[in-house]
Amino acid sequence: MAHLETRHTGAERGEGTPAVAFEDAGFALGADRWLVRGLTFAVEARETVVLVGRSGAGKTTALKLVNRLLDPSEGLVRVEGRATGDWDPVQLRRRIGWVIQEVGLLPHLTVRRNVGLVPELLGWERARIEARVTELLTVVGLPAAEYAARRPHELSGGQRQRVGVARALAADPPLLLLDEPFGALDPITRAELQREFRDLVHRLGKAALFVTHDLREALALGDRVGVMAGGRLAALETAGRFLESDHPEARALTATLDGGARGG
Amino acid sequence: MGDLARFLAANRAQVLDLLGEHLVLVGIAVGVAVAIGLPLGVAATRDRRLEAAVLGVANVLQTIPSLALFGFLIPVPVLGGIGASTAIVALTLYALLPIVRNTHAGIRAIDPALREAARGMGMTDRQLLTRVELPLAAGVIVAGIRVATVISIGIATIAAAIGAGGLGVYIFQGLAMVDDTVILAGAVPAALLALLADAALGRLARRLTPPGAPGGRADARPA
Repeated sequence: MAHLETRHTGAERGEGTPAVAFEDAGFALGADRWLVRGLTFAVEARETVVLVGRSGAGKTTALKLVNRLLDPSEGLVRVEGRATGDWDPVQLRRRIGWVIQEVGLLPHLTVRRNVGLVPELLGWERARIEARVTELLTVVGLPAAEYAARRPHELSGGQRQRVGVARALAADPPLLLLDEPFGALDPITRAELQREFRDLVHRLGKAALFVTHDLREALALGDRVGVMAGGRLAALETAGRFLESDHPEARALTATLDGGARGG
Repeated sequence: MGDLARFLAANRAQVLDLLGEHLVLVGIAVGVAVAIGLPLGVAATRDRRLEAAVLGVANVLQTIPSLALFGFLIPVPVLGGIGASTAIVALTLYALLPIVRNTHAGIRAIDPALREAARGMGMTDRQLLTRVELPLAAGVIVAGIRVATVISIGIATIAAAIGAGGLGVYIFQGLAMVDDTVILAGAVPAALLALLADAALGRLARRLTPPGAPGGRADARPA
């Protein structure tokens, strides 16, 4: 009963409830190897927050705390106002679109089955899944007539990531989690997908928590950008104010922008 | 070879009977071994302690000489005795190892990131198994069944020693009569049967191996 009431309150609060809220959340391997610690921030409805930082900074761990691939060792993570520990993990994950680099597509299934996977798990009727898949493939620029029957290995890297985005959107989840989704792409395809992704997320009104090690990508996509270092959130600023942040890790990242621009 | 052809032609009805018995022995044994070995192999990927125990026991079973195993089983109540059922029990035990081991190895070889992605999309444990792990490991699992089948066809010839029938009957008769032709009348069809099964299951394993799956070339892992 208590759970039901919580859900009602959450629904009534509607827009006011953040899509995700970290409340002093930490995750440790074993007794005291903290991968992330003291995370407190929220992703509001319809907002894109990008976490940026070097490898091992705890970005991916933070994402996995949201869809319960990991449970916090201390503190809380709330999704739609409800602590992740109170969600059934399977139900929670089906309400969250999850995009990861490369390996996420199931190699033995066609593009159609990959995109339709979560609706299929949710028990949608076949005709509805088919219509949804066709619609989404069009949205991400891969006409179903040409691409639906292909397997992932018959696609380019950029096309695979488009399929990954389509799949994450399939069941129309209010929240997207993205883990370096464009990391393995060439710069041109990458810029193209970033632009399309930003438009898509805003148009569809999704909340998104996005992880990358590329500050330019973070600034291009994020409403707010957070810097992670050593498992902690060192700074969280709007994209506009980020460049003026005087936090050392933010400055170190900002310094990469010039070199990055010259290097292409 | 002329003698062998004449012998086979003259005893065609009996050759076909023995071949049929042989196929029944191998078919049932491999079928039961799949029914037991597949779940065991899956279970071994879920629990470390079970993994060591299952693979260990299967390995030990494989090292018992087949004639000795048939002998051991004769005095055992229910499972043992003289005849086909004892032979089927022994053949099943031999067929288990490659099936258990390949099921285990095929699933273990799947990229953990892929498994996590499937979980992250909201698959239950069962859906992960039936929609991701088994399809991706299918080629490797069938390769294990292939090895189990070929081994069983060979070992089933020895089953004639405990009255289980099959092509081994000719081999033992030929040995008793010191007649090479009769020995070959059992050995050659058994060898051809093994080659045939090997080719057919090899083709199936390749067909079931999805592009991009672990062990892309149907990996036979000879036992």
